[in-house]
Amino acid sequence: MRLKLVPQDTSVDFFRHWKTTFGGSVVAMVLSIVAFAVMGLNFGIDFRGGTSIRTEAQAPVDIGEYRAAIMPLGFGDVAITEVFDPAFGADRHVAMVRIQAQEGTEAITTEQISAVRDALQGLDPTLTFAAVDSVGPKVSGELIQSAIISVVLALAAVLFYIWLRFEWQFSVGAVAALVHDIVLTIGIFSVLQIRFDLAIIAALLTIVGYSLNDTVVVFDRVRENLIKYKKRPLKEVLTVSINETLSRTVMTSVTTLLALLALFILGGDVIRGFVFAMIWGVIVGTYSSVFVASAVLLRLGVKRDWSKNSGDTAGTQFGVKES
Amino acid sequence: MLQIPMWKRVLIWSICALALLFAIPNLFYDRVERHNDAVAMIEAGQGDAAMQDARAAWPSFLPSFLVNLGLDLRGGAHLLAEVRVSEVYADRIDGMWPSVRDRLRDDRDVVGAVRRIPSDDPGELRVRITNTDAIDEAASFVRELAQPTQSISGFSQARDLEVRVEGEDIVVTLSEAERVATDERTMRLSLEIIRRRVDEAGTREPTIQRQGSDRILIQVPGIGSAEELKELIGTTARLTFHPVVNVTSNPDQVPEPRQVIYPSIDEPGSYYILEQTPVVTGEQLVDAQPGMDQNNRPAVNFRFNPAGGRAFGIYTAENIGNPFAIVLDGEVISAPVIQSHIPGGSGIITGRFTVEETSQLAVLLRAGALPAEMDFLEERTVGPELGQDSIDAGRIAAMVAMVAVLGFMLASYGIFGIIANIALLLNISMIFALLSLIGATLTLPGIAGIVLTIGMAVDATVLIFERIREEMRTAKGPARAIELGYDKALSAILDANITTFITALILFAMGSGPVRGFAITLGLGILTSVFTALMVTRLMMVIYFERRRPKTLVI
Repeated sequence: MRLKLVPQDTSVDFFRHWKTTFGGSVVAMVLSIVAFAVMGLNFGIDFRGGTSIRTEAQAPVDIGEYRAAIMPLGFGDVAITEVFDPAFGADRHVAMVRIQAQEGTEAITTEQISAVRDALQGLDPTLTFAAVDSVGPKVSGELIQSAIISVVLALAAVLFYIWLRFEWQFSVGAVAALVHDIVLTIGIFSVLQIRFDLAIIAALLTIVGYSLNDTVVVFDRVRENLIKYKKRPLKEVLTVSINETLSRTVMTSVTTLLALLALFILGGDVIRGFVFAMIWGVIVGTYSSVFVASAVLLRLGVKRDWSKNSGDTAGTQFGVKES
Repeated sequence: MLQIPMWKRVLIWSICALALLFAIPNLFYDRVERHNDAVAMIEAGQGDAAMQDARAAWPSFLPSFLVNLGLDLRGGAHLLAEVRVSEVYADRIDGMWPSVRDRLRDDRDVVGAVRRIPSDDPGELRVRITNTDAIDEAASFVRELAQPTQSISGFSQARDLEVRVEGEDIVVTLSEAERVATDERTMRLSLEIIRRRVDEAGTREPTIQRQGSDRILIQVPGIGSAEELKELIGTTARLTFHPVVNVTSNPDQVPEPRQVIYPSIDEPGSYYILEQTPVVTGEQLVDAQPGMDQNNRPAVNFRFNPAGGRAFGIYTAENIGNPFAIVLDGEVISAPVIQSHIPGGSGIITGRFTVEETSQLAVLLRAGALPAEMDFLEERTVGPELGQDSIDAGRIAAMVAMVAVLGFMLASYGIFGIIANIALLLNISMIFALLSLIGATLTLPGIAGIVLTIGMAVDATVLIFERIREEMRTAKGPARAIELGYDKALSAILDANITTFITALILFAMGSGPVRGFAITLGLGILTSVFTALMVTRLMMVIYFERRRPKTLVI
């Protein structure tokens, strides 16, 4: 008995409620932008500079006491959060202490770290620093810049590649889907105030890659079906193509999500934010390749004559041998 | 029809076998690592019985390449330092003063008396002459002192000094070309000295790299904290010997021109006023060793090179009975009175040192002084326990992810699921084999990249299987369906993977540290998964088909 998540032949009309789904996406994007504007992102020290210290102690973390111990040192704004993970035993209590960038110095000095350590060890002698990260304002500025450049470059490169391989309408559809995914990811990070650091940029770009993967597979089938069904309306061709690739879309999303869920639950707290971004991206990316990318394609319309003589201008295909 | 030539089959299986062979050492990480360490030690001639055992624990005919573990997995310290390259200009220009003075004095009858004017910019030398009418002529005399700029590519047309007239002053600065060349030398010297200091401390596999024009990235696995590392490389260790002018207790006292005021390390509240230009500097040291002075207190013995020894000898002969300050990084360690002429070029530094401090100081003096100070822009420390936790968590997560995906594929595709699963396992082996071969570094996001690849690697295979399933309905017979399935899925597989590969490339080019580690595993994962999907699964399908000759395929 085979496991079948998607029946052999489906004919779901994905565009019947296209106004609702597309409108829903637009609303979600607007909400994300509003959340970003109002609440902002919880930037990690990679992007705002400062020092983050991971403490481990046997006694439970009392954020108030920690704060009271560090505040007299005069480092200004101090943020303390407790970290939970199912893998921690009963006598392992982890906290993240974040200190803002200090005036006049780039990275934190040895004396400043010692001062914090002494203050916290006064509360609990078993406390140790498991990790210390300190990024100066100079580097954090550059990191923001290169992060933004890399996301924009990735989008531009993809736009160009799809335009080369398909038609400009496909390109616009794919990039609309990517922007949708990135905006929604930034939105959820802003709403949940999950720490946004350098690794999340990597996750964002992976989401771009994954979502694109999905979109391209659907588009590839659309192109093939446009040649096959020259006279059928575009809406029907799109629906058929999505239905034909639905089984594969679901299979791949499920295997990827299985792997990511294992990492989310068991991979430790250090990369949980990173994995969360990817899980969210896989879900949103799968949705967007159908309801955003294809919907945009449907609105824009597309060249219908893919016969050999006019097909030379754009849309080369790899190795399809017609028998 | 379904045919793969024999040479191609052999090639595909050989690649798979090689991948397994090169991935295997990573399963026995500790043992292979000890083996590699032992081999290195024995080659260096330090092998003992324990080393021989460690070497024998891994057969030498097997490959012993390992994936490097990043700092976030192994624990260690990471520092990004910026070298204050412009500090060197001031020293260079300051050193020009005696030659400028002597050159102008040679033509005293033309230029008159010469004196140096203090300048706000330490990178320039301002000289005033009494005979102001001859200022242009004087400037041309100074210009004669300029030498061709020495750059890496040898001598160039450019001169090292720029001399201009500003009102009554002759201003000497380094030329633009010379500044570039000086920066280059400063950076190379800094890198070399940091490398020597880190090596002397005896840590394993440090990474010391230049980044951009004036930055140095230092990564040392296994070191306890970045603070320790900073103490080792953050000290300039510039040792100088100055004539003492005066001692004062007022730290705000303004010294005369060409004099400096430095605090004393041993006697808080007392400050030495010294001649700015040192008699000899630490650059002229050839050796420094920790030792004891005649009162059995920890001290550092040092020896000068011949030139330094001569200068030191002449100075001590001429100044018997005068105090003389030993200065380390702007603080006076001690200021002994010169008892006698010291001809041999060797001496001893005493102060209130502990034994550890003397050995540290000796290391720093031996390695040489950094040419300029450094600012630390970024520092990261990961404790070894946290690194081990991350490895353990990553390993368990990867295994669970693997089992889940394997089980899901088996349930969905039956016998073909087994083919997909073998391909997936080979794919993971290939990633590890490639990572080990190119000596790439595996970081925590890198592990995430591998886990993501486990999920995505099956995508190409799924595309093919789903396509074969569709073709079965229209094609004439299973052989034709398999062939069509591979042909028609190719376009989608390539497009999908090329676009993801583009993002991996951009991540690699733009990212740093852990992000780059992620990009490497993601990129390699794409290459290997395309190979396994198009080559390995196809070969297995063909073999299955040849053996069974099924009338129909149930995918």
